Amino acid sequence: MEAIRTENLTKKYKDVTAVDCLNLSVEKGELFSLLGVNGAGKTTTIKMLSCLTQPTSGDAFLNGKSICTDPAAVKSIIAVSPQETAVAPGLSVWENLDLICGVHGFSKEKREAKIAELTELLGLGSVTAKKAGKLSGGWQRRLSIAMALISEPEILFLDEPTLGLDVLARSDLWDMIRSLKGKITIVLTTHYMEEAEALSDRIAIMKDGRLLICDTAEAIKETAGTDNFEQAFVRIVRGDAK
Amino acid sequence: MRMLTFANRNMKEILRDPLNLAFGLGFPLVLILLLSAIQANIPVELFEIEHLTPGISVFGLSFLTLFSATLISRDRGSSLLQRLYTTPLTPVDFILGYTLPVLPIAIAQCIVCYIAGVILGLEITAGIFYAVLFIVPVSLLYIAMGLLCGSVLNDKQVGGVCGALLTNLSAWLSGIWFDLDLVGGTFKKIAYLLPFVHAVELERAVLSGNFADVLPHFLWVFGYALVLLAAAVLLFLRQMKKQ
Repeated sequence: MEAIRTENLTKKYKDVTAVDCLNLSVEKGELFSLLGVNGAGKTTTIKMLSCLTQPTSGDAFLNGKSICTDPAAVKSIIAVSPQETAVAPGLSVWENLDLICGVHGFSKEKREAKIAELTELLGLGSVTAKKAGKLSGGWQRRLSIAMALISEPEILFLDEPTLGLDVLARSDLWDMIRSLKGKITIVLTTHYMEEAEALSDRIAIMKDGRLLICDTAEAIKETAGTDNFEQAFVRIVRGDAK
Repeated sequence: MRMLTFANRNMKEILRDPLNLAFGLGFPLVLILLLSAIQANIPVELFEIEHLTPGISVFGLSFLTLFSATLISRDRGSSLLQRLYTTPLTPVDFILGYTLPVLPIAIAQCIVCYIAGVILGLEITAGIFYAVLFIVPVSLLYIAMGLLCGSVLNDKQVGGVCGALLTNLSAWLSGIWFDLDLVGGTFKKIAYLLPFVHAVELERAVLSGNFADVLPHFLWVFGYALVLLAAAVLLFLRQMKKQ
């Protein structure tokens, strides 16, 4: 069953076409990655799918709800963990989670239950009383993802979730993302080839706003005629694939 | 409820910054004490406590503009707002959420100024109560400027525009530090075309019970507050759409 379907989704900024007639579909429970070099249109695609920016033309349907005609319904089933750290720095970890519960209108009982659940799931127990602004980059990313998950989204957008993290923090986050696979639909954008290959059910590679290929990592390597995913990515982006 | 959660967060962010407390509450207090000490040695009518207290209580609000503008611009810069735009919070929730928490801080700041004034010899009258009451429309003016600057400037620019330019304009063109008649001419005309001197004279009129002078100054202040608030809302919504 489809969680996301885009139909000729296009975004133009004056003379620049950031996303050009994008047609793709993501199955429910799938972990789907968007790959591409800078300016490929990944973040613009996520911004359109999460109703942060309106498409110039085309439409997308998230669990059947249109981003153009029913953005409020779309917002009620999605959550976004933006590229930059998006936490309230002067609030503690617990207060950050409580803030998101509050803006989603959760009751007091539900707030406490969700915060306890997310704190355990993301291993935030040891830092709940610490101010978010004082946490390391890795902990802030964890908190950022916890804040995205707390609203029980059906679709989660993770924009460059491991950008700038050290190897250990990245490995921890990979484990956490893997633990969510199958439970909710995840759309991930990343610059790291090994991250996309290790985590994704399917990968879409974009260039200049256009979709070049959308398949499993294995199938993409086969198409590019190489065993190395990074090499496959380079060949496809340069147009050297068979 | 959603809006109140957001407003509560904004209030915590403002109050938990020690610099905000130092400038918001400490600095006006220091000014009242310092200028009262000068007045005790070299009497100047302008620095008499019944003139000084309303002036400083208005001048202190310029720091609230800085605090709210800094908060909004940092939220924009850190992508927190982008995250919150994908939640059920509405544009009205955002505007009220950034506006409402500053009002009690402004009232508290005003009360602290008047407590200091009373300790330094200000007579306790009903005028103090009205002065605290009338600080609300004056606060709206300064909050609107904060919302406006936070919507269009980054946090470094906010520091320059609100921290340096606005506090200086609010000081020079308000008649708190020197009598505008001493400069006169175009300077005085410009000062009376802007809201700062009207805000101070409104508070002075209310405190002294000179209610005949209240309305014209109130109209200037409230008019500017409404226009700036409307502009701030439009600019905030524009940057929201830009996201």
